[in-house]
Amino acid sequence: MLSIKNLEAGIEGKQILKGINLEIKPGEVHAIMGPNGSGKSTLSSVLAGREDFEVTGGEVSFLGKNLLELSPEERAGEGIFLAFQYPVEIPGLTTTNFIKTAVNQIRKYRGLEAYDSVQFLKLMREKMGLVEINQSLLSRSLNEGFSGGEKKRNEIFQMAMLEPKLAILDETDSGLDIDAIRIVSNGVNKLRSSDNAVLLVTHYQRLLDYIVPDYVHVLYDGRIVKSGPKELALELEEKGYDFIKNEVMASNEA
Amino acid sequence: MKTIENLKQHFSHLQSKNGSSALTQVETSAFANFERLGIPTLRHEEWKYTRIASLFNNEYIFAQKEQPVNVSKELLEEVEISGAREINELVFVNGIFNPSLSVVYSDELIIHSLEEAAKNEFAKVVDEHLNHSAKYIQDGVHALNTAFLQNGIFIAVKQNKVVEHPVYIYNILDSSAGNIFSQPRTLIHVGKNAEIKFAESFTTIGANESLTSRVAEVIVEENANVEYYIIQNDNEKAHQINTTHIRQTGKSVVNTVTLSLNGGIVRNNLNIAMEAPYCESHFYGLYFVSGNTHIDNHTIVDNVAPNCLSNQLYKGIMEDKSNAVFNGKIYVQRDAQKTNAFQSNKNILLSADAVVNTKPQLEIFADDVKCSHGCTIGQLDSESMFYMRSRGIDEASAQALLIQAFAKDILEYIKLQPVREHAEALITKRLGAGIHE
Repeated sequence: MLSIKNLEAGIEGKQILKGINLEIKPGEVHAIMGPNGSGKSTLSSVLAGREDFEVTGGEVSFLGKNLLELSPEERAGEGIFLAFQYPVEIPGLTTTNFIKTAVNQIRKYRGLEAYDSVQFLKLMREKMGLVEINQSLLSRSLNEGFSGGEKKRNEIFQMAMLEPKLAILDETDSGLDIDAIRIVSNGVNKLRSSDNAVLLVTHYQRLLDYIVPDYVHVLYDGRIVKSGPKELALELEEKGYDFIKNEVMASNEA
Repeated sequence: MKTIENLKQHFSHLQSKNGSSALTQVETSAFANFERLGIPTLRHEEWKYTRIASLFNNEYIFAQKEQPVNVSKELLEEVEISGAREINELVFVNGIFNPSLSVVYSDELIIHSLEEAAKNEFAKVVDEHLNHSAKYIQDGVHALNTAFLQNGIFIAVKQNKVVEHPVYIYNILDSSAGNIFSQPRTLIHVGKNAEIKFAESFTTIGANESLTSRVAEVIVEENANVEYYIIQNDNEKAHQINTTHIRQTGKSVVNTVTLSLNGGIVRNNLNIAMEAPYCESHFYGLYFVSGNTHIDNHTIVDNVAPNCLSNQLYKGIMEDKSNAVFNGKIYVQRDAQKTNAFQSNKNILLSADAVVNTKPQLEIFADDVKCSHGCTIGQLDSESMFYMRSRGIDEASAQALLIQAFAKDILEYIKLQPVREHAEALITKRLGAGIHE
C-alpha cells in the first residue's frame, strides 16, 4: 500500500530525514518510535504533503501512485489521513460544516455524488458513537476552546468520517490522560480493517498498549535504525532510547 | 475642477429659484465654507490616504427634484434587501427622496422634507441638531452636502413608539445619461424610549460614473434603541463619501454594522457622540474588497459623558490591488470618567499588491477609564490552510471557508435576520464556487 524508499527531506536547508525505507501493507499497524528530534513528525508531515518541507531524495508510492507529486488534498482523496499532533482551531467555522465540506470534496475526488444534508447527518450520527463525541461539540467552532482530549477525539471522528486507507496518527497520545487515550484508541481500533492501515507516530510506548502494532520501527537521526515486533516497544520503554543511541554509535564505529 | 464651477452655478440657480426658506442660512454659510475649504487633498490630515480630487474633474449631472425618474419595478425588486411585505422602503433616486417609489408601512414612522420639518412641530429638533456633524467633520465635501440640504429628508419616531418593521433605504443612482452626482441628506430623530432599525444600500445603474456624497445624522434620545446597517456593494465606477453621524443625547443603545464589498473609491465617516452617561454603542465593519476598490473607514467616538461603553471592531479582507484605510479615533473628554472604549482593526491581505493603512488613535483627558485599541495585518494562516487541505478540501475552498469564518463574527452583529442573510449571501457570492454548503 505504502512504499517509502530512501526518503530524504528537510526544512530550510537542514536535512532531517536521511534515507527512510518503509513498507506498509493493508491491514497492518506500524508504530514509529524515537526520541525527540529524530524526525518522526517530519515523516508524517512529508507524507501528508506539508509544503514547509522539501523532499530532496527518494520515492514514496501509495497504492501505485507517486505520492510526492500530489497536493495535500489529492493525498486525502487517495486515502491518506493525518491526525494532527496540534489540531488547528478555526473560530467561525463549525466542525460540522468543515467535515461536510471535506467529506463531499473527497467524494467528488473519488467520483462519488455529494451527500445531501440527510445522508450526511445519518453518516455523522453513525460515526459519532465511535469516539464518544457529541452533537454540541460538533456545532461549535472547529476545535475552538476544545480540551486536549476533545481535540484528539475530533481528529479520530474526522478519520471515521473520511474513511482513509492509511491513517497517520502523529503523537495522538500526547497530552492525554488514560481515559482519553482509551477512548481515542477504541475509536481507532474499531476503524481497523483488512483494507486499511495505521501508522502510529509516538514517543511513548503506552499508546501501543491500546493500539497494538504489528511492527515497531525506531527512528533515530533521520533513519530507521531498528525494526521488530511489538515487543521492541517494551524493550525501548524499559531501556530508554539511549540503548538505541549506543547501538547506533557502536555500529558506526565498527 | 470644472465641476466646482458648475456647482456654484447650480447652487445660485437653486437658491434664486426656491427663494429663502428656513434652511437658507445653513445652506448659504455651508456653501461659503465649501468655497473656503475646497475639495480635500492628500494634504488634509483626514484625507491623507484617500484621493478624491480627481473625482471632481468629471462633469456631472446634478439631480433635480422635478426631473422624472426611470426606475423599473424589476430594478426595485433587484435592490430589495428582503422581499417581505411588512417593511418600510424609502427610495432615493440620485439622492432625492422619491415618495411614489417608497412604502411607509409603519404608522410610527414619520417622514417630512427637511424644509417642512424646519417649520413644523419638529422645528426645534431641526434647529438643535441639523448639521451637528460639522463639529467633527470639517471638509469641503461635507460642507457641499449641507449647502444642498434642501432636498433632504427628516425621519422621526416619536417618544415611546416602536417602529417594529425595519426601514430599508435604497439609494439608486442612474448614470445612464452621464456621470451623476448625488447628495442624499437625512436627519433622523429617535425620541425617548423609541426603537427603530435601518438598513441602507446603494445601487448604480448605467455605465457612467456615479459620485454619492451622503450625510445621515441620527439623534438618539434617552432609552432609545437604534440599529443601523449599511451595505455597500456597487460597481467599480460608483464612488461614495458617506457620513453617518450618531448623537446619543440620552442613555441609549446603538448598533451599527457597515459592510463594504464592491465599489470605486468609498469613504465612510462614522461618528458617535456619547453625550449622556451610560450610553452604549457597538459598531462593526467588514470590508471585503478586490480589483482597484479603495475603502476608507474613518471613525470617531467622542466620550463626552461618563460611564459609557463603546465596542468597535473592523475587519478587512483584501484582494488584488485593493486599498484600505482605517482611522479610528477615540476621544475621552475630561468629564467622561469610567469610560469603557474598545477598538480593534484586523486585516487579511490575500494579494501582495493590496495595501492597508491603519491608524488607531486614543486621546484621553480623563484618568479613570478603560480603553484599548489594536490592529493586525496578516495573511490567511498557513497551518489552518494545511489542516483543511489535509482533509481533502481544495485550496480555493479552504481559503473561502477561512474568509467566511473571519467575516462571521462581524456578520453576527447584524441582528436583523433578513439583512444578515442578505449580507451572508453577498459574501458567499463573492467567494464564488468555493463554498459547498
